[in-house]
Amino acid sequence: MYGGGNTFEGIKTDSLAQEDPVKLAEFEARIDRGEKIEPTDWMPQLYRKQLIRMIEQHAHSEIIGALPEGTWITRAPGFKRKLSLMAKVQDEVGHAQLLYSAAETLGKSREQMIHDLITGKSKYSNIFNYPAFTWADSCFISWLVDAGAIVNQLANAKGSYGPYCRALDRICAEESFHLKYGHHCVIYLAAGTEKQRQMFQDAINRWWKPMMHFFGPSDKISAHTEVLMRWKVKMASNDDMRNQFLDMYVPKIWELGFTIPDPNLKKNPDTGRWEYTEPDWEEFKRVINGDGPCNKERLEVRRVAEERGRWVREALKKPGMAYVTPLA
Amino acid sequence: MNNEAIKELLYKMADDQLILGHRNSEWTGMGPLLEEDIAFSSMAQDKIGQSHALYQLLHQLGEQEPDTVAFMRNAGQFHNCILVELPNGEYDFSLIRHFLYDTAEALRFEMLKQSSYKPLAELAVKIRAELRYHTLHANTWVKQLGSATEESIGRLQHSLEKALPYALGMFEPSPYEADLLSDRIFEGENALREKWMMHVEKVLSQTQLTLPDWKLIEPVYGGRVGQHSNHLQPLLDEMSEVFRIDPTAEW
Repeated sequence: MYGGGNTFEGIKTDSLAQEDPVKLAEFEARIDRGEKIEPTDWMPQLYRKQLIRMIEQHAHSEIIGALPEGTWITRAPGFKRKLSLMAKVQDEVGHAQLLYSAAETLGKSREQMIHDLITGKSKYSNIFNYPAFTWADSCFISWLVDAGAIVNQLANAKGSYGPYCRALDRICAEESFHLKYGHHCVIYLAAGTEKQRQMFQDAINRWWKPMMHFFGPSDKISAHTEVLMRWKVKMASNDDMRNQFLDMYVPKIWELGFTIPDPNLKKNPDTGRWEYTEPDWEEFKRVINGDGPCNKERLEVRRVAEERGRWVREALKKPGMAYVTPLA
Repeated sequence: MNNEAIKELLYKMADDQLILGHRNSEWTGMGPLLEEDIAFSSMAQDKIGQSHALYQLLHQLGEQEPDTVAFMRNAGQFHNCILVELPNGEYDFSLIRHFLYDTAEALRFEMLKQSSYKPLAELAVKIRAELRYHTLHANTWVKQLGSATEESIGRLQHSLEKALPYALGMFEPSPYEADLLSDRIFEGENALREKWMMHVEKVLSQTQLTLPDWKLIEPVYGGRVGQHSNHLQPLLDEMSEVFRIDPTAEW
């Protein structure tokens, strides 16, 4: 689980006025009672649209996230790491498969979603627009980016859309192993030679900023999401998730003797919340809109893979078949 | 029992599995569809795990630790056939290579289940069981793509013709053939090649692909004695890039 189902863009609630008020009230009552919404149930257009957007972006994050880590499969030091990293990245691709299937239940095909990814129409987790220069960067991703994603996914797994929740339950079970793998790699770097320790310290210094961006803009400036919270599409605020991540992982990073490149980072004993230098949200916006260090490269790799694989997909089609309806 | 003969056999099998496993893993994130990314990754994990088990047997015979053997040798010290070190190319080449190679491996380990060298015979049972899925995968895809569109048939035919000389290189005769046979360690490369040809013919006969006359295919030898294409050393450099930063470090 790399990306997390997040939508950081604002939403327009105009379409709600056109929904049948009786059906809408019944739909909201079901969610209030903790029932899951299933693919054939009635749902407002806005709910469908937001879920497609969120699950699709989550799926894209899994396959794009496989690229920076995948680079290190062929360089992993030793059999144990090589085998583990292969299995880990394979899981992530498998998560994409599960998530695309969950999104397809809402009426958008995988082909169409991948088309929207490679044409830049839909987004994926911003953090993968940064480069993984060293083995330690791949360890940072396996441990801490996955940890961040787990915070997000555990929350989303309690959401209202049945197929997404079921996919997330499976994903979270696998993720717990990824976290152990990543942590294990980092412990070896921390307990290793001076060079190994420095490799990981450099990785923290490089990745801290995108990690803070990972949970999305501060609640003070983020788009209004009340209706998505009420419908259990968005399950926790960006700042709450960021705080939860810091609470769980900053002490672990410090415990290993590493520093975090933010002099203002501390837990306020009175509020119980973490305080930090406000991340540069202008940079976040710039990168998510296409102007990051690796946006072009990531999409280009995906585009080439799609193009090179087209003849294979064509050769699988049976006459008259558009795509197979997924079982979610 | 002739230890040198056993080592030669183990090294070539282990190196084959390691190098093709590495190549298969390069498909991660690049497959023509997600399901194939996942399939090639599974096969890569099996092959690299199998190579590790074979290096363990070598370690028991006095060779160095698997990590050292795999990550610290140079191309001239590797005994894999050239087929497995060739770049992945397009999916058609990777698929055809996978089909030709795994057909041979499944038969090789089927034969080795009877080996008089017990540790290998026991390992062969396990590896043979895993390879069942590799050949199932290869045969399914070769039959599908080898009979589907004009483009898919054309691509597979082209890759088949390109790969066959290298595939025959898998059976490069060993200087220990006679010892392996007389000690009943392995029935030998010739016997394996004969069985392999029959299997390849059987699967291809269910497609629209044309198998060239075996007699006209010149095998590409050299890999078993460390004479490789110029594709192997860059692969090894990449594989050991982190490991060689400090070979004494624990990663």
